[in-house]
Amino acid sequence: MIDVLYFAWVRERIGLPKEQIETQAKTVAELVSELVEREERYAVAFSDLSSLRCAVDQELVEFDAPITAAREVAFFPPMTGG
Amino acid sequence: MMGIRVQDTAFDAGAELNTFTEAQSGAGAVVSFSGIVRDVDGGLEHMEIEHYPAMTKAALEQIAQDARERWALSDVLIIHRFGHLRPRDVIMMVATASKHRADAFAAADFLMDFLKSRAPFWKKEHLNDGASWVSATDQDEAALKRW
Repeated sequence: MIDVLYFAWVRERIGLPKEQIETQAKTVAELVSELVEREERYAVAFSDLSSLRCAVDQELVEFDAPITAAREVAFFPPMTGG
Repeated sequence: MMGIRVQDTAFDAGAELNTFTEAQSGAGAVVSFSGIVRDVDGGLEHMEIEHYPAMTKAALEQIAQDARERWALSDVLIIHRFGHLRPRDVIMMVATASKHRADAFAAADFLMDFLKSRAPFWKKEHLNDGASWVSATDQDEAALKRW
């Protein structure tokens, strides 16, 4: 089981801030593919990966990053701090 | 030294700057920047700032640490709010202290560029005719390449 977190408009489109997912995905990109096949709302949220960022265990990573040992994956739009 | 705070409560940027300045020994320069909620067209009711609690503080500490490795800083302060803010509220501040002003200025500029697009905060503007998430700009990303 892996914790998957969503922030900002990704959270709004998927409709929840966090969920636990049973997955065999080896990378973030594979996890995205699994989610997209589950339901339309995921397909909508993940329709353009260039407008999304991801973190594995609170570290910013690219979508090809491995998640086999990860506890937490987060998806969000580009950050707007400051 | 290094102070990093992430909070939903308001803070007094002037008082924070004074406290920071008074705590310095050996520094000859302090530079500070404050970001405030702007209401360009008069239609902003409030701003909601969301963040990633498990990641935010560590991300800010890493950005501050990167600045300390590039410039000779005796101290760094970062305060960033989240939650519900109104126009003219102070969103965040940074302060840097160093022997000479060039390091303090450059480090503050660097901190702001990285806080803008590498710290896990997202802003949503609630206008009187609807709400929308603030988009990151190409300029934000391009600014990182300066360093």
